[in-house]
Amino acid sequence: MSAGEIRVVLPSPLQSLAQVPREITVTVTGKVTVRTVVDAIEARHPMLRGTIRDHVTKERRAFVRFFACQQDLSLESPDAPLPASVVDGREPLLVVGAMAGG
Amino acid sequence: MSRVRVLVGTRKGAFILESDGKRESWTVNGPHFPGWEMYHIKGSPVDPNRLYASQSSGWFGQIIQRSDDGGVSWRPMDNTFTYATQPGTHMWYDGTPHPWEFKRVWHLEPSLTNPDHVYAGVEDAAIFESFDGGASWGELVGLRGHGSGSQWQPGAGGLCLHTIVLDPSNAKRLFIAISAAGAFRTDDGGTTWTPINKGLRSGQIPDEDAEVGHCVHRIAMHPSRPNTLFMQKHWDVMRSDDGGDHWHEISGNLPSDFGFPIDVHAHEPETIYVVPITSDAHHFPPEGKLRVYRSRTGGNEWEPLTKGLPQQDCYVNILRDAMAVDRLDSCGIYFGTTGGQVYVSSDAGDHWQAIVHDLPPVLSVEVQTLT
Repeated sequence: MSAGEIRVVLPSPLQSLAQVPREITVTVTGKVTVRTVVDAIEARHPMLRGTIRDHVTKERRAFVRFFACQQDLSLESPDAPLPASVVDGREPLLVVGAMAGG
Repeated sequence: MSRVRVLVGTRKGAFILESDGKRESWTVNGPHFPGWEMYHIKGSPVDPNRLYASQSSGWFGQIIQRSDDGGVSWRPMDNTFTYATQPGTHMWYDGTPHPWEFKRVWHLEPSLTNPDHVYAGVEDAAIFESFDGGASWGELVGLRGHGSGSQWQPGAGGLCLHTIVLDPSNAKRLFIAISAAGAFRTDDGGTTWTPINKGLRSGQIPDEDAEVGHCVHRIAMHPSRPNTLFMQKHWDVMRSDDGGDHWHEISGNLPSDFGFPIDVHAHEPETIYVVPITSDAHHFPPEGKLRVYRSRTGGNEWEPLTKGLPQQDCYVNILRDAMAVDRLDSCGIYFGTTGGQVYVSSDAGDHWQAIVHDLPPVLSVEVQTLT
């Protein structure tokens, strides 16, 4: 894996929508954060715009969570640096549909 | 020989049901988009292979899908429904101002003349249109700009714009309905809008002559009589013969004043169909009997249609977008239930059969008559 390539695991509804496998890679230049990774996902797969975060406010959708390295990063700032093991490709960023619905 | 294609939206995917003109033997194709709520699927009247579908999810939001081959394949289109102007506020359930927030697309209405032109009715209530087959969307801002928007209050299902009726004789005239703001009409292609709620009587509303605040469930029109509108309201079935300027009640002998869908026979402009439901909290048929009611007199005189429909222990609902008619010589009537059945009558309602029994709860039914 080359520098700047981030592994991302998508939930199955978004895999179907984008017609991609469970794990994809996106290229991020510069600081690797949730925001820049989602920017890269949306640029590569435009049909995912609006599904992970709001079109306008860019806020995470309420029932979408971000996990990595056994940590829940959902409540962190979207501009916080992601863990080094995500940046260097050892671990993926997981985009997860939250358990909800009763 | 003519065929019919039935487009069914459910809580957990879309299904396409097809038959020849006899409408006795059916193929079932689906689920398309399994797991997603499919609020509405509708085809272009001028290009039946062009379908639009509203796909949504509480997790992942709104998607618009388009097919150019009659539902064999689909591609996601633009899903940016951004209010064009400072949204301001509408009224929340408790009477306080509440910001407008886009939630989902309830209804897609393709143009009668251009397959790339399509309208979308959304929650929180607004109308959008696309001129490029769903590649981009713009709001018709005059509706929320009417001035009464701050008084619009959501119904139990949300502040949804669920009905869009196009006038085939006048491309500039559209009718829309919002729960629970009421019905509106534009005569200039959507630039300006007029509330058309005079004559609606809604029990428990303090001012029954209020310009807005009526819970309209559905409006139907026969294309040969665009000034005559039929309405199923939260209370009562109504009729207007002047393009919505005035309404009068035609509930007549119906067993309930509540229901969701209403539709008009394809060849008989005075023959209309409703499915009475017990209001308010029950939302199932009176006496556990699933009965479509037909009036051949434009209202007031109704007959129950029961042959082939369950007449005991039936407690399903039929939602507002879940009834449609085909245009075959012997008009077919179709409806879907929250129990997952889709029923068809190939003889204008005299006899019914279930096409499918066990789909997820049905949100919408549309029919295409294909030659």
